[in-house]
Amino acid sequence: MRGLLFERNLPRFAASRLLSGLSGSGKGTAVGPLRLTDLDPPELPGPDWHRVRPLLAGICGSDLATLDGRSSRYFEEIVSFPFVPGHEIVGVTEDDRRVVIEPVISCIPRGITPPCPACAEGRTGGCERIGFGHLAPGLQIGFCCDTGGGWSAAGLVAHDVQLHPVPEGLTDEDAVMVEPTACAVHAALAAGIEPGETVAVLGAGTLGLTTIAAIRRLTSPGTLLAGAKHPHQRTLAAELGADEVLPPDQLPRAVRRQARSLSLGASTRAGRTPGAGQLTGGADVVVDCVGNAESLRQALAMVRPRGRVVLVGMPGKVSVDLASLWHREVTLAGAYAYGTETVGGRTRRTFDLAFEVVAANQLGRLVSARYPLERFEEAVAHAGAAGRRGAVKVVFDLRPTRKGPAR
Amino acid sequence: MSPRPGFILEVDRSTPPTLFWHGERFSMEKLPVGSRVIYAPEPEAALEDPIGAIRHALEHPLGDSPPLSARLTAGMKLTIAFDDISLPLPPMRRPDIRQLVIEQVLDLAAEAGVDDVVLICALALHRRMTAAELRHALGDRIYDAFEPQGLLQQHDAEDPTNLVHLGLTDQGEDVEINKRAAESDLLVYVNINLVAMDGGHKSVATGLASYKSLRHHHNAKVMTHSTSFMDQHKSELHSSNWRMGRLIAAAGVKVFQIETTLNSDTFPEQFRFLQRREWEWSAKDRATYLGASAALDRTPSKLARNIFQSIKAPHRMTSVQAGEVEAVHAQTTANVYRQQLVAVEGQTDILTMGLPYICPYNVNSIMNPILVACLGLGYFFNLYRGKPLVREGGVLIMSHPTPWEFNPVHHPSYIDFFEQVLSQTTDPAEIGKYEESFATDPWYIHLYRTGNAYHGVHPFYMWYWCAHALEHLGAVIVVGGDRAAVRRLGFKPASSMADALEMASDVVGRDPSLTHLHTPPVMLADVT
Repeated sequence: MRGLLFERNLPRFAASRLLSGLSGSGKGTAVGPLRLTDLDPPELPGPDWHRVRPLLAGICGSDLATLDGRSSRYFEEIVSFPFVPGHEIVGVTEDDRRVVIEPVISCIPRGITPPCPACAEGRTGGCERIGFGHLAPGLQIGFCCDTGGGWSAAGLVAHDVQLHPVPEGLTDEDAVMVEPTACAVHAALAAGIEPGETVAVLGAGTLGLTTIAAIRRLTSPGTLLAGAKHPHQRTLAAELGADEVLPPDQLPRAVRRQARSLSLGASTRAGRTPGAGQLTGGADVVVDCVGNAESLRQALAMVRPRGRVVLVGMPGKVSVDLASLWHREVTLAGAYAYGTETVGGRTRRTFDLAFEVVAANQLGRLVSARYPLERFEEAVAHAGAAGRRGAVKVVFDLRPTRKGPAR
Repeated sequence: MSPRPGFILEVDRSTPPTLFWHGERFSMEKLPVGSRVIYAPEPEAALEDPIGAIRHALEHPLGDSPPLSARLTAGMKLTIAFDDISLPLPPMRRPDIRQLVIEQVLDLAAEAGVDDVVLICALALHRRMTAAELRHALGDRIYDAFEPQGLLQQHDAEDPTNLVHLGLTDQGEDVEINKRAAESDLLVYVNINLVAMDGGHKSVATGLASYKSLRHHHNAKVMTHSTSFMDQHKSELHSSNWRMGRLIAAAGVKVFQIETTLNSDTFPEQFRFLQRREWEWSAKDRATYLGASAALDRTPSKLARNIFQSIKAPHRMTSVQAGEVEAVHAQTTANVYRQQLVAVEGQTDILTMGLPYICPYNVNSIMNPILVACLGLGYFFNLYRGKPLVREGGVLIMSHPTPWEFNPVHHPSYIDFFEQVLSQTTDPAEIGKYEESFATDPWYIHLYRTGNAYHGVHPFYMWYWCAHALEHLGAVIVVGGDRAAVRRLGFKPASSMADALEMASDVVGRDPSLTHLHTPPVMLADVT
């Protein structure tokens, strides 16, 4: 059966990096290490494992970073080649259950007992054994050579604890949005937003939009501001709960006004320094859903002293001046994946909360385009230019009969 | 030879194209046959002896006021307030009228032995003037004598220690003005009355007031009921200021008002064609126009802006009167009308105007989109007495590049207003809900007080200035403007005058009447 395979091929990796750097994200696929090939279904690693046939599988920002050859070398030891990408998956088990996959391969799927301290606490996203156990290294399904991934008709294997049944009322499009929404739920709760606080969200791609929805549903910010580059993103951000949505370059001014802050170095035209524009006050929490040097710089410039910057977008190697972080005692925290969360004194699985956020906001509407695997180069290019092309989430459609034409 | 009055040309087939201002550039437009073009009266003759005229006015005051010399005594506290950078337009050549008048007042004060004298720039919520601008307005002698000692001040509407609340008018309006001015034994106010709106009680009640006071008449409701604010008797803006001015007088503040009028000699020799009627252009005028246009077309915008902002107008004083506020202002207004009024019969379906590079709030700065709107809909639209030039439901076509560009030093709150308020609503009545947050924003207050920034609330005032026009007009079209900026203003962009006329026909029909307001120089249409 046909599937997409990502191999360790350094010349192709370099070529992809070069071409995507020149032509834009997603444009290096033709020369990169991803190829369409015939694949066998992966072996079941153990008794509690299941074969899953994907219905829809999303293309995520981290997938794009991998395909573009710009993901951090940090990941080299926690992925295993060759792997089938795709970790945002709604699929069907062999016993015909429609499920969403929780792709993190933590201690239990790896057969590690007792589980590491993080897994013991339910924080599977922070698993300390992702390179160990009876499976090859791989932080998630979609990055592990033993499990397969969502971008293959040959399917994948997933452990019991990684399966989440999809409620009847949810469409496949809704369901494929659950995994990214779970990331957003975790980020929204990790941000520790107190009632009435001012929160700024940078970026309004899939992660930014789902984060806005999650913050609005699960926390009580006083004001939720969002920076969104493209008109359709601004419309969606407002619909999902942002109080004010602005182009990214206008966001710091909106934060300044909301926080009634002063601003350093902006009162004279002459002599502007790199520090000019740093707010003296700022947002209580800035959630960076972009994850590059510019977004991080902007986040640090508009968070208040002792405020919190939460990195949700996956950063690579970036160069950022951290003087203001030090001087203003800002907390910079990452927010990766999911596990369990404490909400209203109750411990709940992040995915359960994500299902609620998806259903409440009909997030399936964020799925903008569906492609067959055969058109993977177009699909990846579309995902790489999603914002500019008026899209949010681009997915592979592996259903026997696709609903609606591919766009 | 006496100057010719204003003139209304009816365009026929032989009429040459009409000059339109377009920011720092010009265009020549062939207007439809039958269109009217209103030309300003020619500049009046200037006073031959302005110093003598000033001395005479000070010693022969109007209304119930003793001569200035009789009101000056040793040991008294004297404050001289003067108009800020927004007047005149363009800035005039040295010596500025403020310098001429204040020098005479100071001479009289010195003769009387007055040594407690403070000069205050009555800037209300405008930006502080720079040292160079103050030097230009006051002359080196005054600047060097007063500024180093801290006796040349700029009104600070956000300094609670230097404001005094004098009470409420019978309409419940707060009257809060500069404390030094209010507590002086005599407040001399030196005006430049470029247009009929300037001066009178508005000088002190607005120029030296706080936001708490200004908000009573700088709002959408008042501006909608000022039809127009160039006609004091039909202007709620003025009614409010008059109530406040009378309360100021009743509170014991003694004001000696000095008002001056200018002729309409607006542009220096190299740009003299700008104030001539096109069919009377000489070969030299045509050559100058062609040369200037060709050069400007190749000049980067920033450089073109600098060139135009360096223009100093050859304006000269045509009258000066002093004494009691209302008596002085009545005479001044008559003098302004004498220079500027043009009788116009009937309204028009379409009013066209070319907007120049300057308005009261961008001297030495950028004409941002909000100021473009204010100049067209606030100022030029209101250059009427009687009825608006354009009929209710008619169309206003303005020509201006309207760049999405702001001076961050002068207009910081304008940027946020444009991005965060006008993106939500362009309804003057509705924007009021955002006003207080801008007015009390500590950053804008800081920049207003310590930098050269207009107050945080100022862009709201610019939009309120447009309220009457916005309510009256069926559509506003901007020719040659940045399309995104024009749309943000709520107006329609057109790429050419022909396009604009085509678009206007959707509103006013296929055979509309058209009138072009050929200004600057400034004029006032007396529409019957």
